[in-house]
Amino acid sequence: MSRIAATFARLSGQKALIPYITAGDPHPDLTVELMHGLVDAGADIIELGVPFSDPMADGPVIQRAAERALAHNVSLRDVLKMVAEFRKTNTDTPVVLMGYLNPVVAMGYTEFARAAHAAGVDGVLSVDCPPEESEELATELEAQGIDPIFLLAPTTPEARIVEIARHARGYVYYVSLKGVTGAANLDIADVGRKIARLREHIALPIGVGFGIRDAETARAIAGVADAVVVGSRLVQEIEAATPETARERLTRLVAELKSAIR
Amino acid sequence: MDRYDLPDAHGHFGPYGGVYVAETLMAALAELNEEYARAKADPAFWQEYHYELKHYVGRPSPIYHAKRLSEKLGGAQIYLKREDLNHTGAHKVNNTIGQALLARRMGKKRVIAETGAGQHGVASATVAARYGMECVVYMGAEDVKRQAPNVYRMKLLGATVVPVESGTKTLKDALNEAMRDWVSNVDNTFYILGTAAGPHPYPMLVRDFQTVIGEESKVQMPEMIGRQPDVVVACVGGGSNAIGMFYPYIDVPGVRIVGVEAGGDGIETGRHAAPLSVGTPGVLHGFKSYLMQDENGQVSGTHSVSAGLDYPGVGPEHSYLKDIGRAEYDAINDDEAMNAFHDLCHLEGIIPALESSHALAWAIKHAPTMDKDKVILVNLSGRGDKDINTVAALSGITL
Repeated sequence: MSRIAATFARLSGQKALIPYITAGDPHPDLTVELMHGLVDAGADIIELGVPFSDPMADGPVIQRAAERALAHNVSLRDVLKMVAEFRKTNTDTPVVLMGYLNPVVAMGYTEFARAAHAAGVDGVLSVDCPPEESEELATELEAQGIDPIFLLAPTTPEARIVEIARHARGYVYYVSLKGVTGAANLDIADVGRKIARLREHIALPIGVGFGIRDAETARAIAGVADAVVVGSRLVQEIEAATPETARERLTRLVAELKSAIR
Repeated sequence: MDRYDLPDAHGHFGPYGGVYVAETLMAALAELNEEYARAKADPAFWQEYHYELKHYVGRPSPIYHAKRLSEKLGGAQIYLKREDLNHTGAHKVNNTIGQALLARRMGKKRVIAETGAGQHGVASATVAARYGMECVVYMGAEDVKRQAPNVYRMKLLGATVVPVESGTKTLKDALNEAMRDWVSNVDNTFYILGTAAGPHPYPMLVRDFQTVIGEESKVQMPEMIGRQPDVVVACVGGGSNAIGMFYPYIDVPGVRIVGVEAGGDGIETGRHAAPLSVGTPGVLHGFKSYLMQDENGQVSGTHSVSAGLDYPGVGPEHSYLKDIGRAEYDAINDDEAMNAFHDLCHLEGIIPALESSHALAWAIKHAPTMDKDKVILVNLSGRGDKDINTVAALSGITL
């Protein structure tokens, strides 16, 4: 059983908390420590952002995180080294890489999939690689036992939901609003209706992200989804912290979110 | 070669093109694709498009034999396709009219656009005023500074210009921001993409709206010289004026097709915008194509004296035409383009856009090596009034 499947099995109906941080933000030396901090505070799965120069689907908070990481030239290979380092002392918590396709194209799909497996990566979410363009990469990933994670959106029509369900592994990530990461127009009742519709076609766990900003929203989302993804709000905390206080501020918020969705 | 018929149903030109966007936009792109398919088959749509091009834009644009320039060079004859004479001063309006008519068919009241030099922004603001639509234009903060007259033009036309402060603060970042707007307002907003790039169906529909350039040329050249030209040449940033000129000539044997990228300070300096010359295939802004990037797949900053060519990617069809060898791509440096700019001013009384000056510079460089009975058709894609501040500054003159 994959680490992702094992995690959802272990939770047996309890809701998973999936925090996102950008690898290399605020400094590459801190990322592994922050990942361990996330787990200690209650993270069930970690989404680790791979910084990219042109983060088209991200709001200003995660754009700035990518810029901070890129100021230290953090590459996809560096991110894989961080995951390998994390795996030395944590063999249970799934790590999903989240980012854009081009760094993966530049590394080459086959080499990336092998290296990601070797590092201990469990899932890969390429924001700008919908199922239509994903076959080649997904084949390489699955050959290495890595789950390709796909997005679903409020605009996804029924026929596409069925199609994405066919390609998705691990869990699916429902983008809760029409907008970029960290936007502020989340409509929880609407999310609930959409997820009910998704469940008619999708057997995998459904995570919800984009726009979840506090314990109250996290609790409400946990009422309708299997997993709650929080990104921009955590990255904001890192941005406001010093390198010395980043872990503490981050873990305090994650613990609060975790207790809210229990 | 089999009859050229690309892209395929999924927007691929060989390995290039495609739809590499976040899920939220997939439905909007599918809707656009379906509406365009209906419009394409609707004679009334094209009738209105051509009516607008004739009466609003002033088409057909003439072809002009640059005799004094040709004589001075002493080789091939240089002809200019005068897109600079279009309303708004460039080829961009051919496309914005087409897309605005599509937006109207789809009932969208708000249009957004990205712009580099400001030409596409002006052309978008123009058609938004013409059809009564709200218009928001994203423009890199750097470009807002260096293209102030166009920023004011857009405002006069009623558009909102949003300076983009992220990344390199140029065209690529304006495109990112336009995509972010679109994903947030996808229900009521039509994205008027300015070049033959982006996710399918944009490279195809921008090409289709720009092929009027090549189609007219194919009729005009035989009228003028009794045959087609030996070479057609156009500048390539994203590549919309170039594909508009090239596409009708792809199936014409014996016509050499040359695209000219921005060589900036020189290819060897790394300060340029020439992905077809020295880039590698990658994915940016929703499509796969040649791209300027580092070994880790981060997109490189670019440099060109011409804001309209200052883009790290290129339309996917150009990547395909390069690979199959039907078109060739070369680079012209800033100083060569500047010389061509001045030559055309002095010898022909035409102030060309700095973008178009790259294509012209290629012709000036190669005409002397060709016989006097050979003909080079240059797509003069825009006029240079917008560039006089840049040119003056480079000449050490304060206006």
